[in-house]
Amino acid sequence: MTFFFNVLVVDDEEDFLDTLVKRLKRRKINASGVKSGEEALELMKENLFDVVILDIKMPGGMDGIEVLRETRKTYPLTEVLLLTGHASLETSIEGMKLGAFDYLLKPVKLEDLLPKLEKAFERKDEQDQRIRKAEIKRAIRYS
Amino acid sequence: MTGKSVTKTSMYLSLQRKMIWITLIVSVAPLVILGLTIYYQFSRMYEEKIEEQIRYRAGAHAKAVDLFLKERTAILGAIADTHNYEDMVNENSLSRIFRVMNAREGAFVDLGVIDNAGEQKAYVGAYDLKGLNYYKQPWFAEVMGKGIYISDVYMGYRQLPHFIIAVRRHENRRSWILRATIDPGIFGGFVRSAQMGKSGDAYILNKEGLFQTGPRFKGNILSQSSLNTTQFGGGTTIIELKDEEGRRTLYAGSRLKNDKWLLIISQGIAEEMSGLFTTRNVEILIILIGLVIIIFTSAFTTRLAIDQLKANDEKMDELNAHLIQSDKLAALGKMAAGLAHEINNPLAVILQKTGWMEDLLTEEEFQESENFTEYKTSLEKIEKHVERARKVIHNMLGYARKMEPRLEDVDINETLKQTIALLENYAQINNIEIRTEFSAELPVIASDQPQLQQVFLNLISNAIDAIEKDGHIEVKTGTAGSIIDITITDNGPGMSEDHQKRVFDPFFTTKETGKGTGLGLWISYDIMEKMGGSVSLHSQMGQGTTFTVSIPIVVPEKK
Repeated sequence: MTFFFNVLVVDDEEDFLDTLVKRLKRRKINASGVKSGEEALELMKENLFDVVILDIKMPGGMDGIEVLRETRKTYPLTEVLLLTGHASLETSIEGMKLGAFDYLLKPVKLEDLLPKLEKAFERKDEQDQRIRKAEIKRAIRYS
Repeated sequence: MTGKSVTKTSMYLSLQRKMIWITLIVSVAPLVILGLTIYYQFSRMYEEKIEEQIRYRAGAHAKAVDLFLKERTAILGAIADTHNYEDMVNENSLSRIFRVMNAREGAFVDLGVIDNAGEQKAYVGAYDLKGLNYYKQPWFAEVMGKGIYISDVYMGYRQLPHFIIAVRRHENRRSWILRATIDPGIFGGFVRSAQMGKSGDAYILNKEGLFQTGPRFKGNILSQSSLNTTQFGGGTTIIELKDEEGRRTLYAGSRLKNDKWLLIISQGIAEEMSGLFTTRNVEILIILIGLVIIIFTSAFTTRLAIDQLKANDEKMDELNAHLIQSDKLAALGKMAAGLAHEINNPLAVILQKTGWMEDLLTEEEFQESENFTEYKTSLEKIEKHVERARKVIHNMLGYARKMEPRLEDVDINETLKQTIALLENYAQINNIEIRTEFSAELPVIASDQPQLQQVFLNLISNAIDAIEKDGHIEVKTGTAGSIIDITITDNGPGMSEDHQKRVFDPFFTTKETGKGTGLGLWISYDIMEKMGGSVSLHSQMGQGTTFTVSIPIVVPEKK
């Protein structure tokens, strides 16, 4: 099954970023890519993303954990998937404690990424639906 | 390695030599100095004693000889004073008197009466001397003048060595002389009675150095003595002379008979010193025995010290080798971690790119391409090898990072049993028997079981790989103090020294490319270091290899 949802990929490695975005798009996922945390936050102001795939280790500028904090604070419903090297496994654990959905070890295969992406989207989607239902109930009650 | 051990051996040898020399010098020098000092002091005391003794003997004997002469003179004087001339010239009465004189302490050979004209008026004795006139003889004038005269020894009319004592008497304005000859045999014997030992001598010399009594050695009565009498002063004088053969002789000279005679008592020093020489020989023997004991003891203690030193050095070397190994592995670990991380990113890109190409291959235009399968298999190969690289890096990163062991209750024997069970099948296929010999006394310790299992798994599977086919592996456990030792011994081909040194290095492997990463022992080493334990090996070419894992016993906390 394919879902049509919005994904933002944040990674400083341009080749990786472009290819991943292209492949996600090919699988009918509405993916965008940015090269830094700052750009990501900027883009999120204008667009609503269901899942953010975030590289924890980015040299220069904001690091992954900061972006994660900001995202969780401002867009609590957006799920975050962390991309990590092995050496920063502790950081991934910290990230998950901060509310990231899961982590993936680099180099990651798309076959491994997609199921996690779908699960993250499902969770976000369920939450959205619960919120919608609650809103409907509220609308019925006050109507 | 060999060069290093050669220098060490020569260092030990020179150290040992130095130690022995120092010990010998320090202990032998005082011994020898002490021995020499004692000997010197002792010999000086001894010589003084000998001198003292000979001096005393000479003095005493000279007095005795003087007394002998005085007694004889006194007897003559008393006879002369108690008898008148008429009685004395009567030969019957004179011979009676002579018999009385000789009856006690005689030593008189003859007796004569001489009138003031020098004519011998009466004579008793063995020679026919009656009627001889002594008027011209020098002694006659002296006895007439001084009243007493004792002659030197001379030959006289009788042509035999003898000496005389003469006393003068005034009687009714007339003087006469009583003259007696002393038995030279008795006198000589008396003087010789002071001879001592084998080399001792005693004799009398007159002022000219003529023997007045026969000496024991070298010379006869009335012959010239080789001694210079002027060397001897008044009282008792001691001189030391050496003969041609180097024998030292002490001469004690004591004046008697109003300094006219000199009593000489001589003694060979060598004879007197024989006691000292015995003492000296005993001393030398004791010192020699002492030396032998010192030499053996110092050689023995030095040997002991050197052995201890060698053992310490070996321990030190082992420790150093261990430290170098740890340092090297730590540095390599850091490098490997950095390297792995740098490689991960390009690998990620490659994987995405191949993925993208595979995505594109699903499109129709590519499906019709004649090389479609070639592309597809090439991409799969690329992915397969990226996967392989990823696994290596995954393993390496997994253990390079700091990993604190999680503590839980671990039964080492049980852990080993589980590990062996995992490998049993693999071993059996290759006809390898795994024997176990577990100590029943192993305590349950607080440790990290998965990590320990990983170590055991690495070591036992390495052992199997080393044997390849047909063999056996022994797994033993035991305790040594506060440490649990696990030994894993295979009867495989063993390892060269070079391999032994590098076996814990990351990526060192003897297996075919692709079959082993060369990380197993490195990881095992790392795990044991972090646990405060160790893993070491002992291997001999052709005889197999033993790995020993040592784990400190940490008692689990009571829950």
